[in-house]
Amino acid sequence: MTSLTSTLPIVDHPNAAREFVTNEPRSHWHDDSLWFVRSKRDKQAQSIPEWEYLREQASTIKTHTIAKLPEYLQQFEANATRLGAVVHWAADAEEHNRIVLDLLRRNDTLRIVKSKSMLTEECGLNEYLIESGIEVVDTDLGERIVQLRGETPSHIVLPAIHIKKEEVGDTFHEHLGTRAGESDPQVLTEAARGHLRGKFLSGEVGITGVNFAIADTGGLVVCTNEGNADLGVSLPRIHIACMGIEKLVPRFQDLSVFTRLLARSATGQPITSYTSHFHGPRDENSELHIVLVDNGRSKIRDSKTFRDSLHCIRCGACMNTCPVYRRSGGHSYRATVPGPIGSVLGPAKNAKAHKSLPFACSLCGSCTDVCPVKIPLHHQLLAWRKVLVGKRLVAWNKRMAMKAASFLFRNPPLFAAAGYLGRVALKVLPKSLAHNRFNTWAKDRDLPEPPKKSFHEWYAKNRPSGSQTVSREEQS
Amino acid sequence: MTVALFIPCYIDQFFPDVAIATLTLLERLGVEVEYPAGQTCCGQPMANTGCDADTAPVAKQWVKRFASYDAVVCPSGSCTSMIRNHYADYFGPNDTEFQHLRENTYELCEFVVDRLGVRSIPGTFNRPVSIHSSCHGLRELRLGKCSENMTPREDKMRMLLESLDGIEIKPITRVDECCGFGGTFAVAERETSVAMGIDRVTDHITSGSEVMIAGDMSCLMHMGGLIRRRNMPMSVKHIAEVLAEAMQSDSSGSDRSAPAIASR
Repeated sequence: MTSLTSTLPIVDHPNAAREFVTNEPRSHWHDDSLWFVRSKRDKQAQSIPEWEYLREQASTIKTHTIAKLPEYLQQFEANATRLGAVVHWAADAEEHNRIVLDLLRRNDTLRIVKSKSMLTEECGLNEYLIESGIEVVDTDLGERIVQLRGETPSHIVLPAIHIKKEEVGDTFHEHLGTRAGESDPQVLTEAARGHLRGKFLSGEVGITGVNFAIADTGGLVVCTNEGNADLGVSLPRIHIACMGIEKLVPRFQDLSVFTRLLARSATGQPITSYTSHFHGPRDENSELHIVLVDNGRSKIRDSKTFRDSLHCIRCGACMNTCPVYRRSGGHSYRATVPGPIGSVLGPAKNAKAHKSLPFACSLCGSCTDVCPVKIPLHHQLLAWRKVLVGKRLVAWNKRMAMKAASFLFRNPPLFAAAGYLGRVALKVLPKSLAHNRFNTWAKDRDLPEPPKKSFHEWYAKNRPSGSQTVSREEQS
Repeated sequence: MTVALFIPCYIDQFFPDVAIATLTLLERLGVEVEYPAGQTCCGQPMANTGCDADTAPVAKQWVKRFASYDAVVCPSGSCTSMIRNHYADYFGPNDTEFQHLRENTYELCEFVVDRLGVRSIPGTFNRPVSIHSSCHGLRELRLGKCSENMTPREDKMRMLLESLDGIEIKPITRVDECCGFGGTFAVAERETSVAMGIDRVTDHITSGSEVMIAGDMSCLMHMGGLIRRRNMPMSVKHIAEVLAEAMQSDSSGSDRSAPAIASR
């Protein structure tokens, strides 16, 4: 994966966001759709008196699990094996993809059906398998829509949230033969259902993601709203479950804390329509393969600052609440996981490629308060900014501007003089920069009308006792 | 108790009326206030850009300026949060001067309600208004309950506003969404920042409010700039200005004469 990520293009979020955010009707429609989901989440959270207690519990369980991850992984492996599953270990995306392909080749498989898995998206499994001649069908409706359109998901829970129903109609007309101009969601969903039924019946191997893996039972839990994971693995003989190593919970009873939080946070439902438990293969003729993937997670675990980001249960609540994400769209992050958590995970994978993401944030902190597992997201984004400056990945002019500002603020008379000279302190910054910045500000916003006097000056004139304070300070 | 007034750099330079109103309000409430000379900035612009090395000396200077006071009051949630929640990166855990200031630096409404125990302000403000809950005051200082978090909390600014005669606080639809200022975010992510700001202003105007009130002038500088550029029917006021103005209208307000507050 190193070879793959090091060649990733550098994402410039403001540029990548421009087209989406300046298309006002579209940006507002997207914003309203996600705000609706966030509001549903609020209603659910309000309906549970112990909501904050649950968040605290979830955070504590995850902190504990991540701290003792090696032990729990081994315990999980032993218990899953005892149940008849085969556990595979993948250090990175490349190894994960190779393991899956090997399994498919060994069974002469040409067609797979896959339920939604952000891990396989992260690893680029679809492209890898398609290049190897395998037909890959995403069975989650939203994922199928983006797959037919040749796109990637723009949201980890609502992959096609950026696409309007009319556009889905066009896509289905082209690929599934629905009537031209058909945009009725009911009709389109029926068409997708019919189309996917055939795919389910001909799928030779079912691939799913994993929401939770339980160390003390060796069981897996997959949560969907469409039942597509169950359909996808019920017919084929082989089920391959792909999971990041952070998906573990220690005990079966810990699971309830997370199932209560997951769907409420994600879509504002009390629980997902399907919460499916898998304990070993279906029968003696079937196989269950579990691929445990690291792909950079151990590196994050090693970092005291960013370790908490491994708590993430991929609910997407931080995206739904993020005022930047809602207006700029998921694709503007150019990352498998967009939004606040994606802006924390992206730079961990490749700091240079994702260096603009921690700055695509107003530090409002809404993500931190909405997060069901209490990841201090906005403080992690702030911490990433410091790391990026340390790695010299923040633009030179930005760093120089801050040096100049720091110098100015350390010299009160200079600061006062600068203010006096035009009441625009930042004017003493390198000219091109100050000019640029103020142009950017003033493109849409009037600058404040400069007052005649600063408060400093007013105080010295109007508060004689205050003047004494000044002289006392100066003497000391 | 000797209280120091910390006036953030941009308020000192661009919005002296807000600083004057803060001073007036505190004096009318009987607080002995000093404005220590030589203060500039808390260092937040550098810190939020990730430039720790440029922040540290500014933070050290700030602590030196204010260390001798019993308490510090600041008319900004964001700058107060910088000291309370982010200064620890620049000081040792045993730095007594910093620890003293960390525990005794207050945002204005917080100081009035929590430290002075004042829960209502005598005065009148006869206009339909609406509240912009600034993110850092809300989610970093917990000056009120935010919509994401279910822990009940007293809303300090609202409490003080509601105590005024004649005031009508209009409800907005998204009670605590960010306005999109975000420091350098406002220029680095200009389009998104502006879209966020316009959505906020529109929400406030639609509510029937004439005056948007906030505890952070930075949000109001951003939204005020958008309002003026587009000639939108709304004005912005800092909470200190509203409270000081309301108290001035009240004859029983204080035994000290207050300076006239220039209107912007």
